[in-house]
Amino acid sequence: MADQIRFLHRGQVQHLGDFPPTRTLLDHLREDRGLCGTKEGCNEGDCGACTVVLGGLEEGRLRYRAVNACILFLSALDGKELVTVEDLAGPDGALHPVQQAMVDCHGSQCGFCTPGIVMSLFALQAEGGAVERQRVDTALAGNLCRCTGYRPIIEAACRMGADPAPVGKGAATEELLRSIQRRETGQIKDGKVLLPASADDLAALLLRHPEARLVAGGTDVGLWVTKQFRDLGLLIHVGGIADLQRMDAADGRLTIGSAVTVARAAERLGGLYPEMAELFRRYGSAQVRNSATLGGNIANGSPIGDSMPVLIALGSRLVLRRGDDRREMPLEDFFLAYRRTALTAGEFIEAIRVPLPRPDRLFACYKISKRFDQDISAVMAGFCLDMAGGKVVAARLAFGGMAGTPQRARAAEAALTGRPFDAETARDAAAALAQDFQPLSDMRASAAYRLAVAGNLIVKFQLAQTMPLGAVRVTNFAPGGEV
Amino acid sequence: MSAARPLRAPDPVPFPATHRDIRHESGAAHVTGTARYVDDVPEPAGTLHAALGQSAHAHARILSMDLSAVASYPGVVAVIAAGDVPGVNDVGPVVPDDPIFAESLVEYAGQCLFAVAATSRQAARAAARLAKVKYDPLPPLVTIAAARAAQSHILPPKRVERGDPDAAIAAAPYRLSGHIAMGGQDHFYLEGQISLAIPGEGGDMHLLCSTQHPSEVQHLVARALGRPDNAVVVEVRRMGGGFGGKETQASLVAAAAALLADRTGRPVKLRLDRDDDMVMTGKRHDFETGYSVGFDDQGHILGLDITLESRCGMSTDLSGAINDRAVFHSDNCYFLPSVRITSYRYKTHTVSNTAFRGFGGPQGMVGIEQVMDDIARHRGLDPLAVRRVNLYGGPGRDLTPYGMRVEDNLAPALIEKLAAEARYAERRAAIAAFNATSPVLKRGLALTPVKFGISFTTSFLNQGGALVHLYADGSVLLNHGGTEMGQGLYTKVAQVVADAFGIGLDRVRISATRTDKVPNTSATAASAGTDLNGMAAYNAAITIRDRLAAFLANRWDVAAKDIRFVDGMAMAGGQTVSFDDLARQAYLARISLSATGFYATPKIDVDKETLIGRPFYYFAYGAALSEVVIDTLTGEHKLLAVDILHDCGRSLNPALDKGQIEGGFIQGMGWLTMEELVFDDQGHLRTHAPSTYKIPGCGDVPDHFNVTLYDQPNGEETIHRSKAVGEPPLMLAISVLHALKDAVAAAGGSGPVQLDAPATPERVLMAVMERQATGPLAEGTA
Repeated sequence: MADQIRFLHRGQVQHLGDFPPTRTLLDHLREDRGLCGTKEGCNEGDCGACTVVLGGLEEGRLRYRAVNACILFLSALDGKELVTVEDLAGPDGALHPVQQAMVDCHGSQCGFCTPGIVMSLFALQAEGGAVERQRVDTALAGNLCRCTGYRPIIEAACRMGADPAPVGKGAATEELLRSIQRRETGQIKDGKVLLPASADDLAALLLRHPEARLVAGGTDVGLWVTKQFRDLGLLIHVGGIADLQRMDAADGRLTIGSAVTVARAAERLGGLYPEMAELFRRYGSAQVRNSATLGGNIANGSPIGDSMPVLIALGSRLVLRRGDDRREMPLEDFFLAYRRTALTAGEFIEAIRVPLPRPDRLFACYKISKRFDQDISAVMAGFCLDMAGGKVVAARLAFGGMAGTPQRARAAEAALTGRPFDAETARDAAAALAQDFQPLSDMRASAAYRLAVAGNLIVKFQLAQTMPLGAVRVTNFAPGGEV
Repeated sequence: MSAARPLRAPDPVPFPATHRDIRHESGAAHVTGTARYVDDVPEPAGTLHAALGQSAHAHARILSMDLSAVASYPGVVAVIAAGDVPGVNDVGPVVPDDPIFAESLVEYAGQCLFAVAATSRQAARAAARLAKVKYDPLPPLVTIAAARAAQSHILPPKRVERGDPDAAIAAAPYRLSGHIAMGGQDHFYLEGQISLAIPGEGGDMHLLCSTQHPSEVQHLVARALGRPDNAVVVEVRRMGGGFGGKETQASLVAAAAALLADRTGRPVKLRLDRDDDMVMTGKRHDFETGYSVGFDDQGHILGLDITLESRCGMSTDLSGAINDRAVFHSDNCYFLPSVRITSYRYKTHTVSNTAFRGFGGPQGMVGIEQVMDDIARHRGLDPLAVRRVNLYGGPGRDLTPYGMRVEDNLAPALIEKLAAEARYAERRAAIAAFNATSPVLKRGLALTPVKFGISFTTSFLNQGGALVHLYADGSVLLNHGGTEMGQGLYTKVAQVVADAFGIGLDRVRISATRTDKVPNTSATAASAGTDLNGMAAYNAAITIRDRLAAFLANRWDVAAKDIRFVDGMAMAGGQTVSFDDLARQAYLARISLSATGFYATPKIDVDKETLIGRPFYYFAYGAALSEVVIDTLTGEHKLLAVDILHDCGRSLNPALDKGQIEGGFIQGMGWLTMEELVFDDQGHLRTHAPSTYKIPGCGDVPDHFNVTLYDQPNGEETIHRSKAVGEPPLMLAISVLHALKDAVAAAGGSGPVQLDAPATPERVLMAVMERQATGPLAEGTA
C-alpha cells in the first residue's frame, strides 16, 4: 500500500492514509485515538512527557527507541512498531515491572511526567544489559521531572530488573516489521507528503519538486509546526530510506548516510573516538538522538548544532547529490551564513565522510552549556592537531556558538602550527581567538564568557595531554573515598 | 467562623496507616497513564478550544485593536476582549489590578488582550496571532535597578527594626557590607495551565481546572461573569504539579474559558502552550539584597542592617505576603540582637511575580546566609563556625526580629547531628588537601540550616474544611478543601481518616476537591495542606465516630469513651462488631453518617503593618551538607554529594515526606544554580521554553544523596504531631550555592566571594576570574 503508512501497534498492522501532512503522533494518539496516557508537556521535544517507544529494524535487528511524540510527524511511523504507556500493563491490569518498580519506589508524585519516564525506562530495559547510573542518566536526560528530584526514579530504574517478556519481540514481530518496510515510493494526502523508498527516488523527486521540504526526524522542523503554525508545503519524508541509512568504513574514512540517526552515528563514532562518546551522550536527549539524523543537523545550518564543530575539526566532508550528480566538499565550506548553506535547488546531502582516527593526531571536543544534559551549547568546540616531531604540523579548531555559522579559528590555528603543543602555545592560541571571533551575547551566555571559555578550552586541551581527564573535567571527576 | 475543634490527645487508636510509607494514592494510575488530568477528560460534545492574544510590548498604550482577522479565521466561533466581560474584568487575588483583558494599557510583554474560541486548538492558536493592534510604546521598567531609580513601588516599603542597628554596627570590632542578587524561577509544572468550562442551566458554570485554589477561582470567575459565587463550581482532581504557580495564576485561564463558554453556550477548553504559559504566568520574585553588618572576632553578629528589594512585576498579586515572608526569614536560624530589615516591593513592566514554593522565605534566607559566609571569609573562619555562634539560643537569644519567641529551637542539635554523621570536619580537611594539589578542579563544601515558619502569614487563611461520608456498607468517601498536586496530600489525609475509623485505607475513597462540597477554602499552599485539611478531616471523622460510639454505647450499655475502633471493628467490654455492620446498623437506626469538619490554626496573631507578632504556629527545621566540584577554566560544576537531616515532626508518611525533601532540594538547586530567566531590555522574556530555561535533569542528581528524617514529635498539637514539609526543603539547597562559593574561594583571592544566583557556569567562571585577578591563593585568613 504505497499511499498509506503502515505500522505495528499491539501486534496488528495499522494502515493510515488520510491525515494532515504535519499531524503529530501525540495529537494523533490523544485526539484521534483517545489514548491520553501520553502527555504534552512542552510541545517541543524538551520535556519527555510525550515519550513513546518505536521498534524498528536496524541492520536487521529489532531495536526499541524512545522518541518524543509531540514533534514526530505521523509519517515517521512508517515501517515501525509503536508502543505507548497504555500497552505495558498486562491484560489483567498487572503492572509491567518498570511500572511496578516506579510505584514501589515512590517514583511518581504529580504523575504528569511519569508515563514518559516509564516509556524511557522501558526502552532502556529493552536494550538489555546491566542498568547502572550513567545509563539511567543517559536514558532519562530527555525526561524532566519537577517533583521528585529523580532519586526514586533512579532507584526504580535500578530495581526494574531485566526485560521479562519483551513486548512484541521475537521472530514474529521482526517478520511483521519486515513485511511493512517501504519498497516503493508512496504519497500521502494527495501528494502533500512523499515517501521515497530509495535515494534514487529521492533524487528524482527533488529534481521534480525542488521546493519540497525534506523531513527526517523532524526534531527541529516539528517545532515550526507546533510553535509557529507554519505551513511546510510539500514534505518529503526521508527517514525511511534504507540506502541513506548505511554506515561504511573504507579508505580511512567512515561514510555515514545522511538519514542515519544521531543515535546510530553516535554509537559508531563514539567507538572510533571515545572523546566523542561523551559529546553524543549530551547531544540533545535519547529521544532527540533517536529521531534526529546527522544529515538533518548539518542541512539545518544552525550555528549551534553540536555535531558540526567536531566533524569540521576532524576534516569531515559532505557528499551532495543532485539528480545523478554528486559533489564533495569540506563540511566547513557548506555553511555560507546564518542558516544558509551551499545546497542548490534539488540538491541534498547524501552522506557525511568522517576521517578515521590516526595515531599522530590529538583530538578533543568540549560542550559548554548551563545544564550538562540536553542543553543547547553556549560554546561547542572540536580540536584536532596533527603532530610530527613534537610539533603541531596541522591544526583544526572549530567552534559553534561563536559566530553565525560553525567556524574554524584560523588565527588560533596559526598560533599553534609549527610549535610544540605546550602551555605557552596554548595560551597564545587562546589569545588569538579574539581575532577569530566576536561572539554575541544571548540568553545562553555573554560574549565575554564565550570568548573566555573558548580560549580556556584550548588551555584545557593542552593540560589534558599531561593530566588524567578526571583532573581536568568535572564530568570525569570521581570523588575518592572521602564522601 | 466557628471555633476550632480541639485535638484529642493522646488518641487511643494505634496507627496502622499513619506514620507509614504508604504509596501515593494515584501511583498505579500514574504509571499506567490512566490518571486523568483536565486535558485527558473526554471532552463534552461541541467543546471549543481557546487561545489568548498577547501584547507585543511590555509597556504601551493600546491605540486600537482590530480583531476582524481573528474572528474570520476558519473555525473561529467567538472572540472576546475587555468590553465583553459582563462582570468585573479582573482576577487580582488581593488588589484588583490584574485585568483579564487589557483595556487601554499593557504593562508586560505577553499580557492578555483578548481570547478566541475555535473548533480546534490549532485554529484558536493560529487565529490569536492575527490581531492587528496599534500601540503607543512607553519606556518599560524591566529591572530592579530601573524600578529603584524610578521609585516605582507596587506596595509601600515595610521595615522591621529592633534596637539600634546603626550604633551596634558602628561600635562593632568588625564591619562589612555586601550584596547578593538572586534570580526568579519559573515553576515549570509539567502540566501547563488549563481549564475546561462547561456551561450549565440558568447561568451555572462548572470548571475543571488545574488550580491550587479552587475557591478563589470560583470567586473570580463568578465575579467576571457577574454572578454570585454559588453559580460556579470548580473541581480539581489532581494537578500535574503546582509549586505555587497554580495558586493565583490559574484564575485568568479559568476566567477566559468561562467567559467564552458563557458567550457561546458551549464547553470551552483553554490550555496554554508551554511557551505562552512561561510568558504569561508569574514566577518567583527575583531579589537584590544588600547589607551592613557589625560583628566580633568570633563572627557574632552585633548589628545588622539588611535591605531586600524585589521585582514584583506589573501587579500586586501576592507580592505583599511574599515580601513579608522574606522579611520573616531574614533571620533564618540566627539571633540578630540589633537589626533593621527593610523591604522594597517594586513595580516593573514584567509579568506579575507570584507564589513559588517558599514564598519569599528562600530569598530572605539567601540574604542572611550570604552575611554568614561573608563574615566567615572576612575573618578567615569556617563558615559553619560562624553559623553556629549565631544560632538562636535560650532566654535572651530566642526572640525573632518580629517578636516571635523561638520555643522549639531544633537547629543547634540538628546541625550538630548532621555535621557529625556526615563528617563535616573530616571532609573539609580532605577537600583542602585535594584543592592544594588540583590546579583545574576545585572542590567546595557547605552546611546550611533552615528554619521555616509554618502558617499563612495572612492569619485568616489558616482554616481548613472537610466533608466525610460514611456509607451504609462501611465504605468512606473523603473530601476536603486541599488539592492534590503530587505532594501526597490526598494520601496523607486518607491515612488520617482510615485510622480515625480504625479501618483499612482501601475502605477510604478520595474524591476530587470541589467548591460545592467544601466551601470557602484556602489555597493549598504555605505547606499547610496537611495541617489544615488533615485536621479538618480528622475532626469530621471523629464527629461520625462519636455518633457511632454513642449509638453503640447505648446498645451495649458501655461508656462511649471505652469503645475502640480498630482493625475494621468496634469493640468494648468483650463485645465486637465489624465496622461495616456497625455502619449498616447505625444507618437503620437513623444516625447521620455524614459530617463536615473544620479546623482553624490556634495561637497565631500578627500585625499586618508592623509585621510584629506570632505569624507562625511553629517552625520546621532542616540542614543540608553539600559538596561540589568546579572547573576553574569553564565554570562548569557538579554537585557531588548531599546529606540532609530534616524535621517533619512525627511524619505521617516518611516516604512521601522524603519525596518532598528530595524534590524540594533539587528544585532549590535548580533555582540557585541553573534556572535563569533572561528578560531583554525591552522586557521580553527570552527563556520561555525548556530549550532555553533549564531545570535540573536526572544527571544533575548526585549518587550520594542521603535524606534522613529528624524524628521528633511536633511540640505543637498538629495532626498526629507531624510537621509541614512542602516548602522548607527547597531552602536546603542554599548549601549548594555556598559550596560553590567555597570552591570559588579555593581558586584564589581572599575575603568574601561574590557569586550571584543562579550560579551558572558563566557566573562561576567570572567569580573565579575576579578572584584570581584580585589576589593570591587564599590561605585561611584574610
